[in-house]
Amino acid sequence: MKPSTFGYCIKQGLKNICRNIRFSLASMATISACIFLFCLFFSIIANLGYIVRNAETNIGITVLFREDLGADRIKEIGDQIGKRPEVKELKFTSAEEAWNSFKEKYFEGREDLAAGFEKDNPLAGSASYSILLNDISAQGDFAEWLKSIDGVRQVNYSSSAVAGLSDFNSMAALLSGAIILVLLLVAVFLISNTVSVTAAFRKSENEIMRLIGATNGMIRAPFVIEGTVIGLVGSAVPLVLIFFLYAKVISYLTDKFRIMSDLFRFLPIGSIFPYMAGTALLLGTGVGFIVSFFTIRKHLRV
Amino acid sequence: MIELKDVSKTYETGTRALRHVNIRIEDGEFVFIMGRSGSGKSTLLRLILKEAEPTSGSITVNDMPLSEMPRRYIPKYRRTIGVVFQDFRLLKDLNVYDNVAFAQRVIGKGPKEIKDNVPKVLGMVGLSAKYKSMPSQLSGGEQQRAAIARAVINRPKLLLADEPTGNLDQKTAENIMQLLYKINEAGTTVIVITHSKDIVEKSDKRVIILDKGVVKSSQEQL
Repeated sequence: MKPSTFGYCIKQGLKNICRNIRFSLASMATISACIFLFCLFFSIIANLGYIVRNAETNIGITVLFREDLGADRIKEIGDQIGKRPEVKELKFTSAEEAWNSFKEKYFEGREDLAAGFEKDNPLAGSASYSILLNDISAQGDFAEWLKSIDGVRQVNYSSSAVAGLSDFNSMAALLSGAIILVLLLVAVFLISNTVSVTAAFRKSENEIMRLIGATNGMIRAPFVIEGTVIGLVGSAVPLVLIFFLYAKVISYLTDKFRIMSDLFRFLPIGSIFPYMAGTALLLGTGVGFIVSFFTIRKHLRV
Repeated sequence: MIELKDVSKTYETGTRALRHVNIRIEDGEFVFIMGRSGSGKSTLLRLILKEAEPTSGSITVNDMPLSEMPRRYIPKYRRTIGVVFQDFRLLKDLNVYDNVAFAQRVIGKGPKEIKDNVPKVLGMVGLSAKYKSMPSQLSGGEQQRAAIARAVINRPKLLLADEPTGNLDQKTAENIMQLLYKINEAGTTVIVITHSKDIVEKSDKRVIILDKGVVKSSQEQL
């Protein structure tokens, strides 16, 4: 197609949109709703994933031993744990280290009070292993295995919070997928309808084009451009909205969850937006292009 | 040269539009095709434009058998033919200039070429002064002139006119016919479908008479 013909097709495609502005706006609005939800869920899923990954590096399992257990047996258990493939990191804390850490934290400035315990470590039975796993969802099973080891007194892990986040992430992905699919189907229907109505409007023009030797591509191009532009504008609008809303929402949430700031760390817009925008634009324009292409193929058999 | 050999056309509804038609039209000829409604005139035109396929027989245009023409070549083939209709078929939302330029844009001509060609053709059909007018602001004769300008701007080898004077008064019809003769004199083969005896009788051109899909007469006017 020559540049002048291409320019003509683009102009006609834009004219089609204006000629049929109500249907075009309805189609754009549906695409926008669809892409907005997509971006919303994309942000939620990406951030939850980020939180879970953070949690995996910060939240671990602590294994405590019976007070009468000897150092050799504790080391043996440590070796046994370290050999497990689920284990990312294993750290031993002796009873003395535990007491020193406790002292520093709770007796700061009042060291005289702690001195009373110098010869009698109150945390004598608190030698422990801190374990970080590769996959937080394996935490429950791994803790059960730890409990079954002879000599293990107690296994501490925060199963509910992290596993809950992980579950919620999967559920959100599924739910968003379903909602986006339904909205996409509505968008497909609306774009197809818009292009069909425009095709009916332009029937005589297409007839004349055909008789004076326009190729199939040239007759169809304005309709495909119409659909693609609807998809492009429909996906660009919510992206602009999300770009400005995201920072505000993240700032609000960070403020709200300040107390749990170690766990609830959110992704900055710069690291999420390029992927989100690329996918959203591809989705919107892709749907517009494909739907208009097949609709006009059905309506205009040249 | 256009040659129809033993061409028959039966539509899916069972209507037999053409029966064993044999016609030969030489390059540069001017031919009238006459006949009543339903005689097969428009079907003949559709077959030449390759809008429909004959049920049997063969059609050759400029040495190319249409039945062997690949689908992708059809647009290129149609660019060698200009078409004029009884109802003008101008685009209502474009002015005269843009209606004529439209035919050039469709075949991918550049803006400069269009700017050069359109005024020339509008001058030829006598519409230079009305290039900005919308079709609704033109008389029937002027609309038909604009349609003829659109049909000839791509310099077709063949001009098909389907009842070009059907909606016009006698004087305007004569003017349009003079314009078509002028186009023919410039070397374009012209086929005019009409049922107006007046127009045919006033000319010395060849007349093909169709009746119920059969060629009844195909000869020079005496």
